[in-house]
Amino acid sequence: MLQSILFLLLLVAAFGFFTWQVRKIRANILVGRERDMSGNAAERFQKTLLVAFGQQKMFKRMTPALLHLVVYVGFLVINIEVIEIVVDGLFGNIFGFHRALKFLGPVYDVLMATNEILAALVIVAVVAFWWRRNSNPPLKRFTGPELRLWPKMDANIILYIEVALMVALFFMNTADLKLHQLRGEDLPGTFPISNLLVGLLPGNEGTLHVLERLGWWIHITGILLFLNYLPSSKHFHIIMAFPNVWYSRLVPQGQFSNVESITNEVKAMMDPSFVVPPAPTAPDGSALAPTPFGAKDVDDLPWTNLLNAYSCTECGRCTSVCPANLTGKLLSPRKIIMDTRDRMEEKYNSPLIFRPNVYGEEAKHEPITDMMEATLLRGKVTPEELWACTTCNACVESCPVNINPLESIIEMRRFLVLEESAAPNSLNVMFSNIENNGAPWAFSPSDRFNWADDLFAAEKPSVTAVA
Amino acid sequence: MTPEAPTKKQINVPVMADLAARNESPEILFWVGCAGAFDDRYKRVTRAFVRILEHVGTKYAVLGLEESCTGDPAKRAGNEFLFQMQAMQNITTLNGYGIKKIVTACPHCFNTIKNEYPALGGDYEVIHHSTYLQQLINEGKVGVTGGESFKGRRITFHDSCYLGRANNIYEAPRDVLAALDADLVEMKRSRANGLCCGAGGAQMWKEAEPGKKEINIERTEEALATLAGKAEALANLGGVETETSAPGAHDLQGSIIAVSCPFCMTMMSDGVKNKEQESKVQVFDLAELVASAEGINA
Repeated sequence: MLQSILFLLLLVAAFGFFTWQVRKIRANILVGRERDMSGNAAERFQKTLLVAFGQQKMFKRMTPALLHLVVYVGFLVINIEVIEIVVDGLFGNIFGFHRALKFLGPVYDVLMATNEILAALVIVAVVAFWWRRNSNPPLKRFTGPELRLWPKMDANIILYIEVALMVALFFMNTADLKLHQLRGEDLPGTFPISNLLVGLLPGNEGTLHVLERLGWWIHITGILLFLNYLPSSKHFHIIMAFPNVWYSRLVPQGQFSNVESITNEVKAMMDPSFVVPPAPTAPDGSALAPTPFGAKDVDDLPWTNLLNAYSCTECGRCTSVCPANLTGKLLSPRKIIMDTRDRMEEKYNSPLIFRPNVYGEEAKHEPITDMMEATLLRGKVTPEELWACTTCNACVESCPVNINPLESIIEMRRFLVLEESAAPNSLNVMFSNIENNGAPWAFSPSDRFNWADDLFAAEKPSVTAVA
Repeated sequence: MTPEAPTKKQINVPVMADLAARNESPEILFWVGCAGAFDDRYKRVTRAFVRILEHVGTKYAVLGLEESCTGDPAKRAGNEFLFQMQAMQNITTLNGYGIKKIVTACPHCFNTIKNEYPALGGDYEVIHHSTYLQQLINEGKVGVTGGESFKGRRITFHDSCYLGRANNIYEAPRDVLAALDADLVEMKRSRANGLCCGAGGAQMWKEAEPGKKEINIERTEEALATLAGKAEALANLGGVETETSAPGAHDLQGSIIAVSCPFCMTMMSDGVKNKEQESKVQVFDLAELVASAEGINA
């Protein structure tokens, strides 16, 4: 009874605290600019099923895809056992039952066996993940100025917790199995791994009972603590990947957004009879402060780009295929996304563990004197990074959860050009060429058709003419 | 380069304003683009494509002096205002002539007109010339015979970002090249994994930011290694996890890097020069290869 009450309190506290954290994150995301992403439910559902649930884009790289699949499937299947743990914890002691799902019979056997094998595979995969990150040298995409200190530690903490949870699961099952064997009882379920481990545990019933309870409590408490660690961590992607894919763009990747307020201005310039629609007003009818063109800070970005930032697990696929980054430029698409999250949490709600990135020399940051006054642009992302982008969409294509770093880059370029006139000089020359000559180069518009002069073709009957 | 043509005829490229004056409308409008109109190298692509249009007897027209930059480089550089000014101006011209179908040899013009003009009032069927050439070959209107033979020559195709990842067109250019009966070899980074030439996003008009290497050099090295059959030496390039290709070395003489974009053309040509391979390796656009194979150059 006492255990049940304790467990109930723990459960309520864990889910309550998690909900509170999620609400803070939701508020952070909603500071972003409005963007209508409603509609197309069927297409969005299909995309979410393929990309998020089905991990379609992970399979561009086989080794990490298979390792990740093990951990992902392990997470999904072992959580079925967590349901049982919760039911056992709440009602098992009161009504005197143990392992609530055993009524499933043969299905329960398969479920438990699958769980154990998956748990063992998860440990193997996690060790491989750890090695890829911590060997010397680590995989290239796990390096870079944005992946030092906290992000590096966060990645390892996640791996340690995952191993701890699996070990606790084995402790629980093995102790339970041995306890039943000593009592000459039959434990429902099949436990292929625990069967191998029973010899390692002492033969004392009391000790075994404690070990079983300890394994049970550590496993479930660990899961609940992990749940509440997620909002501080890159591991939050296990939840956010789903809404992020759902709300990702459905248009061709080459299509950039048109700025509507500019459309109205241009229309008014070209057609004097065009009536510019009135600027939006606050609910009480008062005028709103004019919104800048492009993005200087996180609240200038569309909310979907802020959602992106919470869905990023910092895997670095984007940066590893970025042509600018590959050739030694400062730009790293992953850094832009991580900076966006850091900045949101700096300016608005912070998570439990908040350690914004501190960059080394190699990031060439301008010195930031006042953290609270620093904006995303310049405070975290330097113009040098933004101007190195070729808009090639390699980062967008590579992201397994459909994050779009390119959109954020373009929004910040817009601010630099339209609000600060701070484009590199050569680009200003290109702009004035387009304005004056209708071409980005300094050619005379009257020469535009010269290519057609003295144009000859060899006489040859066309295929259609022959036919 | 092509066998001596028995006779040659002069082409008078039809201009839209003249057609409209005669109350005629073309089947397609050929959008030349600024590079196609002004860049000396890409003008040859424009002329090759016009030869093909004439050869198959398509009723086409160009805007001539009425064409203006689509605004793509301005938009990618963040100058949304200038982009929309250009877009509205072009849309006014195109709509004024009642244009329905546009073909262009520039993936940047293609992407902008196809994807970004509709929201500003410009709705057209837009086709990139690689798709158009593929259709001509499939329909048998172009036989890719009678001219230069590409049989057995090693060709690698460099994907343009604005054709590939931006608009998911990967097969059309490859189908066109396959019709040449050449020895097609793929770079490790191809199709959706293709590496940018380095010129997109308005990089064409500015110096690159400080770094270790120019992007076009990185890409040209990959193309040359692939053509030489030594691509496995570059397996670690870019951190892309790939398997090694079959070993074997080929003489680069006569090899071709095929492109489908004016900016890729510039970047890859510069790269080949930088690597001092221009006497062996040539960079050609799809339209040039088709016109050569068809024997309609003069």
